[in-house]
Amino acid sequence: MAMGGITEMAVSLAHYLTVSAILLVLGVFGIFLNRKNVIVILMSVELILLAVNLNMVAFSSALGDLTGQVFTMFILTVAAAEAAIGLAIVVIYFRNRGTIEVEDISTLKG
Amino acid sequence: MIAALSFYAFAAILIASAVMVVTSRNPVHSVLFLILAFFNAAGLFLIAGAEFLAMILVIVYVGAVAVLFLFVVMMLDIDFAQLREGFQRYAPIGAVIGAILLIELFMVLATWRFAPEAATLRLNPMPSGVTNAEALGRILYTDNVFLFQACGLVLLVAMIGAIVLTLRERPGTRRQSIAEQVARAGTVSVRSVPLGAGLKEIGIARPPSPEEEEPKQVEHHHGHGGHH
Repeated sequence: MAMGGITEMAVSLAHYLTVSAILLVLGVFGIFLNRKNVIVILMSVELILLAVNLNMVAFSSALGDLTGQVFTMFILTVAAAEAAIGLAIVVIYFRNRGTIEVEDISTLKG
Repeated sequence: MIAALSFYAFAAILIASAVMVVTSRNPVHSVLFLILAFFNAAGLFLIAGAEFLAMILVIVYVGAVAVLFLFVVMMLDIDFAQLREGFQRYAPIGAVIGAILLIELFMVLATWRFAPEAATLRLNPMPSGVTNAEALGRILYTDNVFLFQACGLVLLVAMIGAIVLTLRERPGTRRQSIAEQVARAGTVSVRSVPLGAGLKEIGIARPPSPEEEEPKQVEHHHGHGGHH
């Protein structure tokens, strides 16, 4: 991989990209593995967003450009909002139906 | 050297705890491993030089989001053993799709390169001599101020949405009705009452509220105790 005279880091960019690729794949795998448990699915989504953030920070550090870190902050904001809304939906779904099995959520016939 | 070693340590623990998040039997353990993963990701951010984001990750993710998950997992009374029924069934297809995704990502990783003029195309080059937080603040509150405000709006909408979704009016709870109190017709007066007299006996009657019932008469037919 050509670094093209970009700022040198203590750890190379490829290491970070590898870690975040593995993390993203683990998140996707978690969604498949816990098909019924919507809380673990939300946690897997958090892992995926964490992988994205790691990529952003790694590129920002490698390029010496702060824009990636600004975007990471925005992604963190949206991820926090998503977690809050998702868990609120889980709570009211459990209150109404007494279960959180994702496969039962077919009332909307989507 | 130290940085490389700690990178490997943080990365290894991060990936191991991510594995535990998705495969753990108990969702409480999943949340705790998620917290561990966030801590290690914060360590990776630190090594990459993003100190402010590392602290934000610890404060926001560990302090708020993960604790929110923990609350919800512990609050809902769920039979988690039942939720894991299809675990073995979905594992192969998940593994296949994950492997495909991983191979594709590594193919991208092996072939991409920075554009030759990437160093000159930087939008916000890192200034030298200032801390990471100050450098971030300089561009966050000037160039990206509208995005910053939009983020605040997203959080506001999420907060209102979460409250609206989970707030419910339960019947049978007693609460203050401020409109009714303000709209009271009668005036409040102070009267001297004889000692030992009940309110009903001296004729001080509160305005009857519509749903108030007569107090139940205590029945004394059979006396006290059960020995007869």
